[in-house]
Amino acid sequence: MNVVNEWAFIGVFMAVAWVLPAAPLVVSWIFRPKRPNAIKMATYECGVETVGDTWVQFKVQYYLTGLIFLVFDVELIFLFPWAIAYNQLDFFAFGAGLLFIFLLADALIYAWRKNALEWS
Amino acid sequence: MEAQCINIIETMASCLVRGGTDPGLAQFLSIALGVLVVTLLPLILVIIFIWLERKIAARVQDRIGPNRVGPFGLLQNVADAVKLIIKEDITPAGADRLIYNAAPVIAILSVILVWGVIPYSPIHIGADLGIGVVYVVAVGSVGTLAIMMAGWSSNNKYALLGAFRVVAALVSYEVPMILALLVPLMIAGTMSMQGIVEAQQGMWFIVSAPIAALVFYISNLAETGRAPFDLIEAESELVAGYNIEYSGMKFGLFMASEFLHSFTANLLFAVIFLGGWSGPFVQQVPALGFVWLMAKTAVPYLFTLILRATIPRVRIDQMMAFNWKFLVPVALVNVLLVALILKVVQELGLSPSPENATDFVANVPQALILLVANLIMGVIVLNMLRNQGRRERMADQARMLRTVEQDKQIVPSAAR
Repeated sequence: MNVVNEWAFIGVFMAVAWVLPAAPLVVSWIFRPKRPNAIKMATYECGVETVGDTWVQFKVQYYLTGLIFLVFDVELIFLFPWAIAYNQLDFFAFGAGLLFIFLLADALIYAWRKNALEWS
Repeated sequence: MEAQCINIIETMASCLVRGGTDPGLAQFLSIALGVLVVTLLPLILVIIFIWLERKIAARVQDRIGPNRVGPFGLLQNVADAVKLIIKEDITPAGADRLIYNAAPVIAILSVILVWGVIPYSPIHIGADLGIGVVYVVAVGSVGTLAIMMAGWSSNNKYALLGAFRVVAALVSYEVPMILALLVPLMIAGTMSMQGIVEAQQGMWFIVSAPIAALVFYISNLAETGRAPFDLIEAESELVAGYNIEYSGMKFGLFMASEFLHSFTANLLFAVIFLGGWSGPFVQQVPALGFVWLMAKTAVPYLFTLILRATIPRVRIDQMMAFNWKFLVPVALVNVLLVALILKVVQELGLSPSPENATDFVANVPQALILLVANLIMGVIVLNMLRNQGRRERMADQARMLRTVEQDKQIVPSAAR
């Protein structure tokens, strides 16, 4: 198969693949009983009545983790082409990789020293 | 020529064209058939995985496990599926309906899409993408999105807290996973999944990159929410986590996606580090490749199952610290180490040339040097861990001693 066909496969795949997991939901929708009432529909939080809104402010740590991840993820994508071509490159490629990974590690050390990695 | 038509998936298009079908239509039909096979395969296999998991967990805990429905309880999961289908489905008041209903489907979808690029045998593969590994990583991360959708749309504080935790953990563990993936890519020099398997004809990557394999395995445990990283559904702390409000078949889909994800992660491990379909007689009988692949996947998968039944859960802060302060630095150093060794080996002329890349003997020097370097690095890392652990234990002891001393000083004065 050529390149276009490979991606055609992925295209058809993405169009079809969600139908199969959705099928049992449809079958279930046909067969299941539907008798809702207010108490049944209430939010389940250990049997105690829900207090306040659910969509509240959350811990800043999650946000920091997201930021650190973003830095790494974007930079890691740039390492892929380097890794693929590595066998064909000369010794300079190692130096370039070293520098790049040093920059990555630098960000990690910075976050570490700033206590962004502490979960408390 | 007739013999070619036996293997329908690969040659159906050309056979149909010979039978007088329009080439475009023939191509489409062959693609559609391939898609159907690849989509159905994981959905059928998942029933067996769940049975296997329940049986093994039961044996570890000195129980028998499902044994009533069908031979050896094999039909237990079919019965469970029927039960889930006829259960009433409750959507909590205040839920975001569209997102709430889409989440379980997306959870399964993200796993199934990975199966599209897995090479099952030398000729059976859904699509051999040139960027197969990036595709796997990208599609696999969509599962995280499904969990966040489920947690956010349920309008439940426990679900939301669970989702936050999971997303923070999954997103973090993706970094060492990708870093570990770089090492086999560097040795193979390609991102296509079929290419990676073919690059291992001479030597499996677990031999030349054991540390990367270990990091990949551990971060996969976390990615799939397996013990000791099963904070995703900390029953005792968060009631159930992100899927607390789900019932009936939607809950079933989340469960199925979890089991499937765990197996898929081990399948990837087998493809990338254990040589995929390669094994004896695979060139003569390509279908045998599927058997080898499943046999190789079974090893890390069974290990995962036994781990799940034996190891206690870590805390979220320990989990995050383990990732950022241990796995990521180790993976970074490992990438650099392998890069340096590869270049030195290449300069010395010990690396296998493209002509004999599939030859076992030609691969031995490079693999051996990489293995020794990896082992040395492993010993150094373990030593550092041991020293760190000892320092922390000593500090703890000193603190305890100080407390005891203080108590001694207090008690006599109080007695006086």
